[in-house]
Amino acid sequence: MGFLPYAIAAWLFVVGLWGIVVSRNLVRTVLCLTVVQSSTYLVLVGVGYRAGGKAPIVADIPVVERLVDPTVQVLVLTDIVIEATVTALLLALVVQAHKRFGSIDPADLRAISD
Amino acid sequence: MTRRARLMLFAFAGPGLAAVLVIGFAGLPSFGDYHGVYGHVVTGIELAERHATDIVTALNFDIRAFDTLGEEIILFASVTGVALLLRPLREEEEDEDSEDGGQEAPHVFGGASDALRTISAPLAAFLVALGAYVVVHGTITPGGGFQGGVVLAAGPLAVFVGGRYLASRRLAPDWAVEAMDAAGAAGYVLMGIGGLVFASIFLKNFLPLGSPGHLLSGGFMPLNSIAVGLEVTGAFLLVWTEFLDQALVMREKGGS
Amino acid sequence: MTVVQWVAMIAVALAGTAVVFVADPLRQTLVLGIYGLSLTFMFFALQAPDVALSEIVVGSVGVPVIVLAALRKIRSADARREDREESE
Repeated sequence: MGFLPYAIAAWLFVVGLWGIVVSRNLVRTVLCLTVVQSSTYLVLVGVGYRAGGKAPIVADIPVVERLVDPTVQVLVLTDIVIEATVTALLLALVVQAHKRFGSIDPADLRAISD
Repeated sequence: MTRRARLMLFAFAGPGLAAVLVIGFAGLPSFGDYHGVYGHVVTGIELAERHATDIVTALNFDIRAFDTLGEEIILFASVTGVALLLRPLREEEEDEDSEDGGQEAPHVFGGASDALRTISAPLAAFLVALGAYVVVHGTITPGGGFQGGVVLAAGPLAVFVGGRYLASRRLAPDWAVEAMDAAGAAGYVLMGIGGLVFASIFLKNFLPLGSPGHLLSGGFMPLNSIAVGLEVTGAFLLVWTEFLDQALVMREKGGS
Repeated sequence: MTVVQWVAMIAVALAGTAVVFVADPLRQTLVLGIYGLSLTFMFFALQAPDVALSEIVVGSVGVPVIVLAALRKIRSADARREDREESE
């Protein structure tokens, strides 16, 4: 079963994308985008995993132990915090769109010059 | 685009995307079978070279500090975008009667139970202490600026949850939040310039390394961690107060 | 792959699917909190404690507060608009 985490990541990506396509509510779109983003975290941490490896904290284990790859963990941990602020930016856009157009249905949004 | 058009496009593109993903992932080595070289090198040399026991934080704030600078700038830019989008517009004003805190004022959460109101103030103090601990001890245990910054920002939020939004605004006023955000971003760049001045390489570790396992180990890594922690705290508090201001305090001019 | 990792990954897949298929955005926010918790558990099982710490603080406190405030603003603006239309 060496393929399971990647299969789950692909599934989450496609399901999240489906949620974005069929949504009638812009807030739902943003939350499904969060699911799509988290599928990439799963891929990255899964790629770095080493069978029998330990967490890369060498405070109490000798350095020659097998450790999992720390580089991908750096990418994912900064990514999680940054994507939260990007989600905030998208939700600010949704709030302003609601003020302007009166609805948050993506089909009701028109060009600003209307 | 109407919903129908979107669905038809997805019916066409979705299975193609799924097939490409499956074919791509099938080419990867099996889960747990690690082929990379960089990971082996870094875990072998890090403790001897940088004296930090948390390898992930050492990568974040020292060995790959330049990537963290890029991430910080992304954070700063998106928070500036939020503040710009949610600024008070011409046709908005602050709700006058929400300042006096009458019984019906929306910013006082009337449904807060006694347990919540009692525990929120000590919880805020505890969260600030825990956040500071996580930020400063990033080089020794799992933690660092990014994680600890969010915990620190949750302190004033605990006061809001207890039912007093304006009190939480006094705890974290606008000028302090913006100053923290800017100081964090600028502090990180100043650390980089310090590396340029004292060690002739931008973001090179120029402070004495100390002994691993102690608080002041790792050279300038704790300082970087504090700078990032300040920035993340300021960023999250700014975003939360912007949204909560919009939801609880602002209304359109001329309304009832 | 150990049993704990199996269970964690299946939980992530189920919770992620649940986030997409819940209809109301308010309920979706709570399910998103549970999804964040399952992701944290999975990161722990994959020996990544820093990542797990980051995910739990952001997923339980960071994003749901923003979404709830945005939903509240949208609902109150809708209610005010209806009040004004009724009084006209």
